Amino acid sequence: MSDLDQFRLDVREWLEANCPAEMREPVRGEDDVCWSGRNWTFKNEAQKQWLERCVAKGYTVPDWPTAYGGAGLSAGEAKILRQEMARINARPPLSSFGIWMLGPALLQFGTEEQKVHYLGQIARGEIRWCQGYSEPGSGSDLVSLQTFGEDKGDHWVVNGQKIWTSYADKCDWIFCLVRTDKTNKYQGISFLLFDMETPGVTTKPIKLISGNSPFCETFFDNVVVPKEQIVGELNRGWDVAKYLLGHEREMISGGGLGDGAPSLGAQMLGSIGANGLGQLDDGLLRAELAQFDVDALAFKAMAERFTDEMKSGKGHPAQPNMMKYAGTELNKRRHELVMAGNGSDALEWESEASKGGAKARNWLRTKANSIEGGTSEVMLNVIAKRILDLPGA
Amino acid sequence: MPMYLNEDQAMLRDSAREFLKSEAPVSHLRKLRDDNCKDGFRHALWKQFGEMGFTGILIGEDDGGLGLGHVEAGVVLEEIGRNLSPSPFLTTAIAGVAALNHGGQHLKDKFFPGILAGDTVLALAIDEGAKHRPSHITTKAERSGNGFKLTGNKQFVIQGASADALIVAARTAGAAGETDGLTLFAVDKDAANMSMDSTRLVDSSMAAHVTFDGVEVDGDAVIGEVDNGWQVLSSLLRAGRAGSAAELVGVGAGAMDMTVDYLKQRKQFGRLIGEFQALQHRAAHLYSEMEIARAAVLKAQQLLDEGKDSAEIYVSVAKAKAGRTTNLTVREGVQMHGGIGMTDEYDIGFYMKRDRALNEFMGDANFHAGRVAEIFGY
Repeated sequence: MSDLDQFRLDVREWLEANCPAEMREPVRGEDDVCWSGRNWTFKNEAQKQWLERCVAKGYTVPDWPTAYGGAGLSAGEAKILRQEMARINARPPLSSFGIWMLGPALLQFGTEEQKVHYLGQIARGEIRWCQGYSEPGSGSDLVSLQTFGEDKGDHWVVNGQKIWTSYADKCDWIFCLVRTDKTNKYQGISFLLFDMETPGVTTKPIKLISGNSPFCETFFDNVVVPKEQIVGELNRGWDVAKYLLGHEREMISGGGLGDGAPSLGAQMLGSIGANGLGQLDDGLLRAELAQFDVDALAFKAMAERFTDEMKSGKGHPAQPNMMKYAGTELNKRRHELVMAGNGSDALEWESEASKGGAKARNWLRTKANSIEGGTSEVMLNVIAKRILDLPGA
Repeated sequence: MPMYLNEDQAMLRDSAREFLKSEAPVSHLRKLRDDNCKDGFRHALWKQFGEMGFTGILIGEDDGGLGLGHVEAGVVLEEIGRNLSPSPFLTTAIAGVAALNHGGQHLKDKFFPGILAGDTVLALAIDEGAKHRPSHITTKAERSGNGFKLTGNKQFVIQGASADALIVAARTAGAAGETDGLTLFAVDKDAANMSMDSTRLVDSSMAAHVTFDGVEVDGDAVIGEVDNGWQVLSSLLRAGRAGSAAELVGVGAGAMDMTVDYLKQRKQFGRLIGEFQALQHRAAHLYSEMEIARAAVLKAQQLLDEGKDSAEIYVSVAKAKAGRTTNLTVREGVQMHGGIGMTDEYDIGFYMKRDRALNEFMGDANFHAGRVAEIFGY
């Protein structure tokens, strides 16, 4: 038996013994996600247990080095862990912008002190991070941002406003793009980290069409940020940000895969009903669902290829843009079909049975997928220019 | 297995790419058409396929082949698609061999040496109507002496008139719509009472209507077990479907490359048309779809080579996804070329024609999406 086969057996055994039954249910809504952090209240004992056991094993960040709280797994081992967790429908023990976005950037650009300090906190779920990128005038065109950090010797004083800061009102720290040189558009931005409890930081939720509000406006009024809290070089924050956006796109693009169930069409048998042949009793919707399942499985193959290529350094650097575009468009289509297939059940907004309107709220939420983290149109621009090398602009 | 080509596979791709680009580019197909070539392919090129070792990809090492898999077959097929190279590779060396691998040693000894040498051509006689319905076979094979007597009609038999033998799916029991009761036969081209009406298709390939009017074959012609042919046919179809999906990806890639090149050269309104965002976005969307289709095809081939049950569903995903995507790519290709795309002189139209034929071969995108729904139980 190969080492990887043995590893699979060990993982299977560990999951069997350590993943609580309640954590082997698909994530149905926001309430089922564990974000952790300083002010977190666990939704139940199983959620807490599952996080603690994974932290102890390094499984919240399996492919990070053990010195930074990871399990130090190879690409092949990490893939097996993902497969085995998917096999039993295990929920992610910890959802975290620290894991998906800041962590990879710190691994690449951070100092050793920063890695030991911040990566460990992220791996253990102690600090919940938010991302300060977009501003009222700078959405997809991020380099036009205006929030300014004035150099005061051993610290900066930051003034300005961010928008679409996901969960800013619930987060502990922020990683933030701040202009530190007004004379250079691209190379005048720095990547700063600071505590959301620093005096001068205030947040205000933005109410969305889904009725929920993950997003905030965030204001900085003379916020003092020590110099050692910069990641990467002064005025070269754009390098860090671009690297991190690649990981953000990878994360958002995963959405099209849904909750691990193999087939959207099969999930609709209950609500739509079947005809005498056992086929969904709405031929046109069945056809749409079948096309969706084809596209979802094809995309899943692409996601696997993408991961394998990234890990081996073979992928094109703009490939995350393609994944982000395709994945988010697919996810929007998925939720349109969830609404169509579930009919009036999916319209309920408040009832107990509908988990507080989870289907409708998730559907509305997905409309942001192709806007946040760079719009689909911007992704297509990047593909056209950087991969297809088309002329102009 | 990681989802990219290993070193050996990448080397095979490079040699296939070079070989097909120099020996059988689109101009090769154009010449065959203009010469009204009765086979629709050159036997000399098929001989070269043998010399390159391509024809032995799915033949086991014990039988003198390379003993490779569907990933390697797909690597060659993608290059065939990119160049629209006419050859019996898919029907003979991939689908045909996949069926014969279920046959007795006498069938392997009879056909494999010729296939390895690039001499023997096989054709597949499966479909009986305009659409691919492999369980709806009515061609009858009745027991007669120590063999069988075949009666019925087949159509869309690619390169049927040029083949040395036909692999024929016929019914020894059961009724149309049932998968039990089918039997596969290897029927020699000069069998008595078999007639062919050969015709050129839209993509310049040749295909035959075949009539079996009491064709007598002996028991040795049976591939696999009598009445249990569904197993052999499924193996043939999996190989042919995954293979045609790979070829479709090649057709799409060739058409996309032509189109993107054209966007970088053609000027209108004093600008390169590739500068217009409307066209950039459509080209970028095509790129994205093509990459996804290619990944789906590779996944299907890897699962086939690993002998996984999930290969069945992924083969249909691959054929459906590649079918839709390449169809979009060739349609966009003609549209973005504008008027020149409508001329016979320009090659983009050849890609559109080839896509149409390959899409129809062994089930179109709707057929395979329907199969995905069936396998998932809805």
